[in-house]
Amino acid sequence: MFAPADKAQAEESAQSLTIEEGKKLYTVGCASCHGTDGQGTSDGPSLVGVGAAAVDFQVSTGRMPAATSQGAQVPKKKNIYSQAEIDQLAAFIASLGAGPNVPTKDQYDPEGADIAKGGELFRNNCAQCHNFTGKGGALTKGKYAPSLEGVEPKHIYEAMLTGPQNMPSFPDTTMSEQNKKDIIAYLHAVNSDETENPGGLELGGLGPVSEGLFAWIFGLGALIAVAIWVAARTAKARKS
Amino acid sequence: MSTSETTESRSRGKAPAGERVADWADGRLGIYSLAKANMRKIFPDHWSFMLGEVCLYSFIIIILTGVYLTLFFHPSMNEVEYHGSYVPLQGQLMSEAFSSTLHISFDVRGGLLIRQIHHWAALIFLAGMFVHMMRVFFTGAFRKPREINWLFGFLLFVLGMFTGFTGYSLPDDLLSGTGVRFTEGAILSMPIVGTYISFFLFGGEFPGVDFVARFYSIHILLLPGIMLGLVVAHLILVFYHKHTQFAGPGKTNKNVVGMPLLPVYMAKAGGFFFLVFGVIAVIAAIAQINPVWAIGPYRPDMVSTGAQPDWYMGFAEGLVRYMPGWEINLWGHTLVLGVFIPLVLFGVVLAAIAVYPFIESWVTGDKREHHILDRPRNAPTRTAFGVAWITVYMVGLVGGGNDLWATHFHLSINAVTWFVRISFFAGPVLAFIITKRICLGLQRRDKDKVLHGRESGIIKRLPHGEFIEIHEPLSQDAMYTLTAHEQYKPAEIGPTVDENGVERKVKASEKLRAKLSKSYYGPDSQIPKPTVDEYKEITSGHGHH
Ligand code: HEC
Ligand code: HEC
Ligand code: HEM
Repeated sequence: MFAPADKAQAEESAQSLTIEEGKKLYTVGCASCHGTDGQGTSDGPSLVGVGAAAVDFQVSTGRMPAATSQGAQVPKKKNIYSQAEIDQLAAFIASLGAGPNVPTKDQYDPEGADIAKGGELFRNNCAQCHNFTGKGGALTKGKYAPSLEGVEPKHIYEAMLTGPQNMPSFPDTTMSEQNKKDIIAYLHAVNSDETENPGGLELGGLGPVSEGLFAWIFGLGALIAVAIWVAARTAKARKS
Repeated sequence: MSTSETTESRSRGKAPAGERVADWADGRLGIYSLAKANMRKIFPDHWSFMLGEVCLYSFIIIILTGVYLTLFFHPSMNEVEYHGSYVPLQGQLMSEAFSSTLHISFDVRGGLLIRQIHHWAALIFLAGMFVHMMRVFFTGAFRKPREINWLFGFLLFVLGMFTGFTGYSLPDDLLSGTGVRFTEGAILSMPIVGTYISFFLFGGEFPGVDFVARFYSIHILLLPGIMLGLVVAHLILVFYHKHTQFAGPGKTNKNVVGMPLLPVYMAKAGGFFFLVFGVIAVIAAIAQINPVWAIGPYRPDMVSTGAQPDWYMGFAEGLVRYMPGWEINLWGHTLVLGVFIPLVLFGVVLAAIAVYPFIESWVTGDKREHHILDRPRNAPTRTAFGVAWITVYMVGLVGGGNDLWATHFHLSINAVTWFVRISFFAGPVLAFIITKRICLGLQRRDKDKVLHGRESGIIKRLPHGEFIEIHEPLSQDAMYTLTAHEQYKPAEIGPTVDENGVERKVKASEKLRAKLSKSYYGPDSQIPKPTVDEYKEITSGHGHH
């Protein structure tokens, strides 16, 4: 249909169509908090320059659109948009100001990455909030760093890129693409359904608190039950 | 005559091998008279008297598994590159201590199981000691002549805590390293001496290259050696004093009713050892503990959230977590009260329970021996103190896990911390008051049971239409048991004038003692036992009430 010379133009118009669609979705779902042009209101921050990656992360993990009454932190929930709609929203918001793009599969795919290096990077940069293996942890005043179990590689990458809410961002200048892949590979190894626990039950992976509770309830509890059982079985005194 | 006869019969047929060995040993060690004196030692039956055995057996299990671990563990902080079989750490730099722990976990036959038995047994050992200590406390078994044994036991508990802590630190993983760092902080907070002690302990600046090797000798030699000695002394004293018993018909302050040590008690105890071993081994086989491979090697520039010590150090962790971060600057020196006060409180809380027996005997002025145990309800003030102490301890544990309560119950960590701070003061007071009331209520119920019998659940209608519940009188035995306890009178301040009519000075300590004694034994602290007259009056009158 198109002559090659028209291709660039056609792409451009397809792009502007996407942005157009995105704007419509935005006006319905987001403008009440983020303002008609994404300039921000008292209910939500400005989205100028946050980039497509932030939108993809926030909307696909269900954080956005946020509920009107929020607790300490906007929680993760079921995503209500299709991937096509999310792309449209992302395109619209990216058109407001330049920001990080949605990463491509070869950027975040952990295949062949260095798990050990990832572990080291994770302990150095992330464990203080997310725990040794990404089980999550508390921040002040009811805020928290969520557990990273089952988070998709793409979203882990985007979270590092954009730094949602109280999380710092780790742009490529401070943490290279390769390092991000290493971290993703590490999380997959230690905190996914494929993680192996050679010692047996993981007990939530929360360390000494859950171990202590287990030792008291099942360890000492069982031993006391056994003691009661043994003490109840007394021998008859033999008359001598 | 008879002697020569036996020698003859001996020389004809050889005695069984066992007997010959025993004869041989007796000729040299005098075991027969020892055995004769002790084999029929009586040990009373009650499940709570077996808690000490739980401690003893888990201690033995810890020693046995610990010996196995020493065969493979390298107490060295030399840096090595890991090339063992755990893939997610391949090529990482770590101390030899850490890499040998991975080696034990993944490459030594049975290593992981033994490691897990060792660690689970340690948690259970400490929990066992805690409960054993509480049973001794609440039954008043610490009274004369057992005060020294109480102190031996208490020392075992404290040493157990530090043995556990030093062991937990040996793998040099990120979790335990954070704990050692925390301890260093606590040491540094001590005014004047802190820095010196820290440099002495770590051989210089933290973490240095020495502490694993030093903790190793403390963990496997120094502390267990002292503990072993104390355990032996503890058991000898239990043996020497004979075990206490609960009141009951035929049981007096001068006898012990129960099973002889041999054969019954020994058979039971031997069997119980294997049951304890079995329970711990099953737990270690199904539940993972301290997965150091997932935690990663220690590096001073790293830290993780959710870093807690093992439970027995949890209340110390809690004290630091809920203490406000106060500090004072004096002449260019900083006094970190936020850490130093918890350090002091740690000692005070432990000391409070340790010295309690001496305080009680001072208040009551009771210098007699006690071999009959108290039911906790019949010593309301002691029981209330014990529950208050446990409350302080538990509040510390909750505070030590404040972040996990927050994330798991969707609370704010600040709210949890404030709750814990308030509970630290209000909790023990409330616990004291409530416990005392419950004890008095139970005493009242015992009195009712003795006077009016047990509720039988049978409702009878009298000819004039009234419904009554038939109360069955208690058996003689039950009545004895419920009234066997002794009730004290509060100590009075002696006469305030001497024989010449001269007023003497009443010492403040005397006044305090009289006051405390009143709070122990005054009318608000015990329900008078039913008297024989009361009983007769009620039972001779009408059958019911
Ligand atoms: C109820 C109000 C509300 C609605 C509706 C809402 N948001 Fe938000 N949004 C917020 C708030 C508040 C934040 C800031 C959260 C924070 O950082 O704590 C936010 C943050 C964001 C961010 C992250 C900004 C950054 O700095 O990284 C993006 C992207 C975003 N919203 C996109 C959307 C999109 C797209 C929609 C519509 C689908 C939407 N939001 C709907 C309230 C809202
Ligand atoms: C200062 C604390 C902090 C640090 C450091 C931090 N995070 Fe986060 N992280 C958070 C918080 C808070 C959130 C929740 C943000 C939200 O809900 O919008 C979060 C969310 C995430 C998510 C999204 C999880 C989900 O359920 O969708 C991922 C993935 C993530 N972080 C990965 C990382 C990685 C990888 C690092 C290290 C490179 C890191 N974080 C460092 C605090 C932190
Ligand atoms: C290594 C740890 C310990 C071991 C192996 C141990 C062992 C025992 C054993 C086997 C008994 C006799 C059975 C019983 O009454 O349960 C006993 C009694 C006793 N223990 Fe311990 N114990 C330990 C720790 C403690 C602690 C922490 C305390 C208190 C601070 C304590 C105080 C006592 C007292 C006072 C008795 C005499 C009880 C009585 O005769 O009624 N012990 N101990």
